[in-house]
Amino acid sequence: MEVTEQLVDKLAHLSRLRFSADEKIAIKNDLQNMIGFVQKLNEVDTTGVQPLLHMGDANNVFRADELKGSVTREAALANAPIPDNQFFKVPKVIKK
Amino acid sequence: MAFFIAFIYSNNKFTTSPLLLSLQIEMTNISDKYETVIGLEIHAQLQTQTKLFCGDSIAFGAAPNTHVSPITLGHPGTLPKTNKVAVAYAIKMGLACNCKIERDNYFARKNYFYPDLPKGYQISQHTTPICVGGYVTINTSTGQKNIELNRIHIEEDAGKSMHDLDEQFTCIDLNRAGTPLIEIVTEPCIHSSDEAFEYVSEARRLVQWIGVCDGNMEEGSLRCDANISIRLKGATTLGTRVEVKNLNSIRNVKKAIEFEVQRMIEIVENGGTIIQQTRSFDASNDTTFSIRDKEDANDYRYFADPDLAPFHLTESFIEDIRKSLPALPLQLIQQFQQSFGLTIYDANNLCADTATAEYFLEVSRYSTHYKAIANWMLGPIKQQLNETAKDFSTLLLLPQTLAELIAIVEAGKVNFSVASYKILPELLNGNNSPLAIAEAMNLLQVSDTKELERWIDEALEGMPDKVAEYKRGKKGLIGLFVGEIKKISKGKADPKMVTTLLQEKLK
Repeated sequence: MEVTEQLVDKLAHLSRLRFSADEKIAIKNDLQNMIGFVQKLNEVDTTGVQPLLHMGDANNVFRADELKGSVTREAALANAPIPDNQFFKVPKVIKK
Repeated sequence: MAFFIAFIYSNNKFTTSPLLLSLQIEMTNISDKYETVIGLEIHAQLQTQTKLFCGDSIAFGAAPNTHVSPITLGHPGTLPKTNKVAVAYAIKMGLACNCKIERDNYFARKNYFYPDLPKGYQISQHTTPICVGGYVTINTSTGQKNIELNRIHIEEDAGKSMHDLDEQFTCIDLNRAGTPLIEIVTEPCIHSSDEAFEYVSEARRLVQWIGVCDGNMEEGSLRCDANISIRLKGATTLGTRVEVKNLNSIRNVKKAIEFEVQRMIEIVENGGTIIQQTRSFDASNDTTFSIRDKEDANDYRYFADPDLAPFHLTESFIEDIRKSLPALPLQLIQQFQQSFGLTIYDANNLCADTATAEYFLEVSRYSTHYKAIANWMLGPIKQQLNETAKDFSTLLLLPQTLAELIAIVEAGKVNFSVASYKILPELLNGNNSPLAIAEAMNLLQVSDTKELERWIDEALEGMPDKVAEYKRGKKGLIGLFVGEIKKISKGKADPKMVTTLLQEKLK
């Protein structure tokens, strides 16, 4: 699989990242190396092998439906970039 | 032409101008060429105490950003843990809809950026649903129909964005973020707005009935998106679909589909092409408007969430949930028709919710006047409950007291209207002796012939011309006489006896 500039642009958009021209070349090479490394796996016959989705053996880890863990609003909003005592504020998403 | 068509379809109450009428007929013929294909997605908030992956409350209406924990806020280093009750509720709905339950499950991340999604991804089962297939049975004008389901999966809700609270910013409340949802997805097998209306009504009744969701569409506990397309009748491929969001009532689901289908037919008839869009419904004028064209980079990059262990369902876990299911509305509606001789209409209304159905069953233990029970419950009592925004679960009127009231009405001791206007209000306030109330208020019907004759004479003396007409053969006037006597006696005259006596007297 070839990593093109177009693919880098698409991934950058999906990740909300911006690269300079130099960075773009660097990331393109890095991605190409990573994909090449993983593509090594294609050499192995995996017919009939279930995909490994989880690394641990844990399963059926549930919690009871009990109230706990909420923090105060003051604490919740403490790190928000735009100070407010009720809401997280972000640039207008829809202009009305 | 297009303008006229639009005009006709936005005004149901047009006058019968010949031009408009012919256009309407022409338009109906045009509509007949097309088949509507609809798939619906219903998001139902599960009625748990806490969120899907942490212990914050999911109660509606709290002050903004007060039901939030570091997990809800997506802080680094936090770990989600699945709410077992939410999983059980999803299975419960699956079993109620005849779905196959997936034994091996895991959650995946659906990656996208939006300010009300703190983690940058939504935890969902989009590609590996817990319930597969199944159907919901609806009643249509041509009999029952099974609306096939594609799947039911579990996912978390996003927070809430408010765009009009602040001049400069969008305000985000994350109380709702992480609330457990099930998404119920139908196959594209719904072919009219009426079917869609029936399906959403039935799905809503079902989630409420089995107690997994409160079904409140105004508060957003139950939300519906519609995927709509049209095609020429007989075509086998699907037309370009439009997704309409923001349907916050069952009526709006119907209205949005009607508008959208008409809009699509007009486009195609005028030689245009339907573009794939996401649209929103505007309830102020029953129209839809585009919110975005086909998303160009709709790439969610799903992958298994490494923070959440997979879960495997045992047969006994599923069986326990199956056993906890109550008799479902459709079964009960049939039982009400077969065991109690009720009409499908009454049976269906008595099964509007579990409280109503249980109340009926309770009264039926004390009275065999089943039709009368239905009439009382769905008539005067329901009216009272509607006025006070209450339901049968909180009724002060005891089932055996209603049975007693029905008994004295059926025995002719008081008439129905007196019983409903004078006695029922007392009973609804907690008094539980209908006969004592009737006696105390002097409401018992008089069947003493002398007293009845006195009222009859008084009534007939008041309208000699009508009496003469009756004697000349206008027998229908007897109703008028009975009504007059009812008035004079203040509802106490037994109408059956009055009629017999009148017929004798006027021979």
